[in-house]
Amino acid sequence: MIALRLGYLPLVDAAPLIVARELGFAAEEGLQLDLIRLGAWAQGRDMLGAGLIDAAHMLVPMPIGQALGLGPRLPDLDLVMFLSHGGQAVGVSTAIETRLRAAGHGFDFSDAGAAGRALRGAITGPLRVGVPFMFSTQLELIRHWLGASGFSEDDLHLKTVPPPMMADALAAAEIDAFCVGEPWASFAVERGIAALLLPGTAIWTSPPEKGLVLRRDFAETRPGQTGALMRAIWRAGRWLDEPDHRGTAAEIVSRAEYLDLPSELVERGLTGRLLVSPAGEARAVPRLLAFNAGAASFPWKSLAALIARNIALRHDLPPEGAMQRAMGHFRTDLYRRHLRPAGASLPGASLRLEGMIGEDRTVAAERGQMILRADSFFDGFVFEPPIPDSSIN
Amino acid sequence: MLKKLLIVVVESDPDRAQAIADGLGDVGDHDIRILAEHSALARRVAELSPDVVLIDIANPSRDMLEELALASGPAERPVAMFVDRSDEQLTRSAIEAGMSAYVVDGLRPDRLKPIIDAAVARFHILRQLRAELAATRAALEDRKIVDRAKAVLMKARGIDEAEAYALLRKTAMDQGKRIGEIAQQLVTAAGLLGR
Repeated sequence: MIALRLGYLPLVDAAPLIVARELGFAAEEGLQLDLIRLGAWAQGRDMLGAGLIDAAHMLVPMPIGQALGLGPRLPDLDLVMFLSHGGQAVGVSTAIETRLRAAGHGFDFSDAGAAGRALRGAITGPLRVGVPFMFSTQLELIRHWLGASGFSEDDLHLKTVPPPMMADALAAAEIDAFCVGEPWASFAVERGIAALLLPGTAIWTSPPEKGLVLRRDFAETRPGQTGALMRAIWRAGRWLDEPDHRGTAAEIVSRAEYLDLPSELVERGLTGRLLVSPAGEARAVPRLLAFNAGAASFPWKSLAALIARNIALRHDLPPEGAMQRAMGHFRTDLYRRHLRPAGASLPGASLRLEGMIGEDRTVAAERGQMILRADSFFDGFVFEPPIPDSSIN
Repeated sequence: MLKKLLIVVVESDPDRAQAIADGLGDVGDHDIRILAEHSALARRVAELSPDVVLIDIANPSRDMLEELALASGPAERPVAMFVDRSDEQLTRSAIEAGMSAYVVDGLRPDRLKPIIDAAVARFHILRQLRAELAATRAALEDRKIVDRAKAVLMKARGIDEAEAYALLRKTAMDQGKRIGEIAQQLVTAAGLLGR
């Protein structure tokens, strides 16, 4: 048995790591996973950089921020696979909820265009929105959605709030709204201080949320362990995407040594059955959170490019170079090499037009056919990635 | 005469904060402020505009400081990650000690190093003390639960204390688990069975 140390933050999308350990997928690959609960996203990045952990559960945009030189100087960090898509929700304070309802908004929890217009009509002055990190899918979702809904740069104040503290920040009136991963959106509803306006998937059908990030030197000099880890987590993701397994997963993930929360609360995000208001209105979002289905774990380079372009524009960096650098850190080559033996469906290309797939679609794969998940944006946005400079990976 | 440095220590435990401040006092005449963490941390740090911020690596509030480090143009940055400027060993020893430091761009390395070294030393000691305390607590908890498990076994099987303990230990070894875990399972099961 080889022991690997994995860092994670207490969120439902850490489930692939936890399930890989608890259900024996790691042991089948000869790995013993030591799961280390972290307090901050920056902690995972720094511990990984210093070699104190071997791999981290990380927000997908984080290794891109690193690649663009916007973090501390650390060894190269590469994203080798996605761990999850979706799992986020946008919530507003009960004060804003009251105004939205008075204006006739029904909290259908599905129409991002209508929710954006309603919010635009209800807010005067700046809207303060809590997001978990400056490089996060949550920030990308909020910027895209509210930008397309008539909020200007000046209208939006994005503030970093660690997920477990999101409800406190809302209660202390430091923010008016948030976008956060489960179970922390449901946690705020449970405290009676927030109503959920949209799932992240209503803004972008398949927003890449967490990735498995390793140091490049580790991934390249220890291919056996890297492959074993990827396969164990990939199989855990496949297990998790069986609908019947989500309840069991909630039981495991909610345990004291992991999330340490009531399993009923954890189950909401995993099953996509959320309560959207303190009054107890239920909404079902069948595809709120995906781990593996429809090639969800394949780290498309075009997604690296899309997020890198957005980050570059916000930080006054040349977008072209940023996109090229970021694409080099999404290791589709390692994904193909290590998951091919496990039987993962592999797309023919490593980049594509993002936002083009309205409904799940069958496409040609390396071998035979495969299903790709829908990935459209609510406003029809489509992104065309640049061609990578070199085909290093 | 060098300008005094303003060092902010973010720490909610007053004893810990004092210990770190004392350690820093030994390496120079600096202005040291302690902030107990809370959600408006980023704003308060920005207002103080310190030269150095020291914070536990696992403190969730760190992610808010990251936002400050990225804010506005490089010239206006209130804090930058010190790892940008110093040698790799210093960075590594800080991370290993469980500390992160944010430092204003342009602070000379020779002024910074003694501060980081002193803070790292304190963080090391405090981390060790905390780990020992946690281990002691866990051991005490284990002992309590093992005592209860022994009592359950003695009553249920009519054996004496030594035999009960031996049985627990054997079961733990057979299953490759800690004796405390086995005791916990037994006590939970006994509770469910109403015994």
